[in-house]
Amino acid sequence: MSFRSAVITFPGSNCDRDMAEALAKVSGSAPLRVWHGDAELPEKLDFIALPGGFSYGDYLRSGAMAARSPIMKAVIAAAERGVPVLGVCNGFQVLTESGLLPGALMRNASQNFICRTVALKVENNQSLFTGGYEAGETIHIPVAHHDGNFFADEDTLDRLEGEGRVAFRYLESCNGSRRDIAGILNQAGNVLGMMPHPERAIEPEHGGTDGRTLFENAVHGLVHA
Amino acid sequence: MKVHIHVSLKPGVLDPQGRAIHHELEALGFAGVNDVRAGKLIELDVADDTSDDDLDQMCRKLLANMVIENYRIEKLETA
Repeated sequence: MSFRSAVITFPGSNCDRDMAEALAKVSGSAPLRVWHGDAELPEKLDFIALPGGFSYGDYLRSGAMAARSPIMKAVIAAAERGVPVLGVCNGFQVLTESGLLPGALMRNASQNFICRTVALKVENNQSLFTGGYEAGETIHIPVAHHDGNFFADEDTLDRLEGEGRVAFRYLESCNGSRRDIAGILNQAGNVLGMMPHPERAIEPEHGGTDGRTLFENAVHGLVHA
Repeated sequence: MKVHIHVSLKPGVLDPQGRAIHHELEALGFAGVNDVRAGKLIELDVADDTSDDDLDQMCRKLLANMVIENYRIEKLETA
């Protein structure tokens, strides 16, 4: 059984190729490439990835335009049917702007673009994406963003924590995110948004392979399902 | 009809941009600036019969992110 995944490319996406490479390497089958203007997704997808980048030049707000592009209606419908959706960096911003995940990603508190490898704590290892990690494990994944400062009101933050939906937390001062949140899950657990780039930590040559576990778990978890 | 949409961060939401502007104003020697909040002004030119409800929906669906922002609709007098 081959793994059918799709990587969505918006105008200004720039991590779509890295995402496709990561999925191809881990799953053994190349993802389908989908353009933002398409109205429909390929059939029978096992996995959808929204890559990093600067879709629509970050006009209005990061992810705001992409979240309202034609393909996102299909992505939202697929997510609601339970298809796993991973949004990384700009993909996370698109997920919050589209309402698939709560909160918003604001300008980094330092106002600086942050580009370095950061230490993360795996808070929830019960999801499709994070099941390959140990609970509380420290992993190292690169970040590269200007708008990664996660904001949600206190009630929403309490709900996310209470429902175990904080997937990853920064273990070091990064971008000013509320409660150091680096990645969150939707209520059903099939949508993950995260600012760090797991697709940039796949091969030893990347400086680390901590991101590979996420893709391996998602791919194998699905094939065994 | 010309309409100005004023988008501002909700009270309590940290505004790094406003803070940087505040810092810069002080560095330029302006004393007595208590706080700075930066927002956006979006100028629309819409059909005269555009309803208030439509303007409201434009703000809610796209122009403002209701998680972090408030908006105010200002209709300008046409000369």
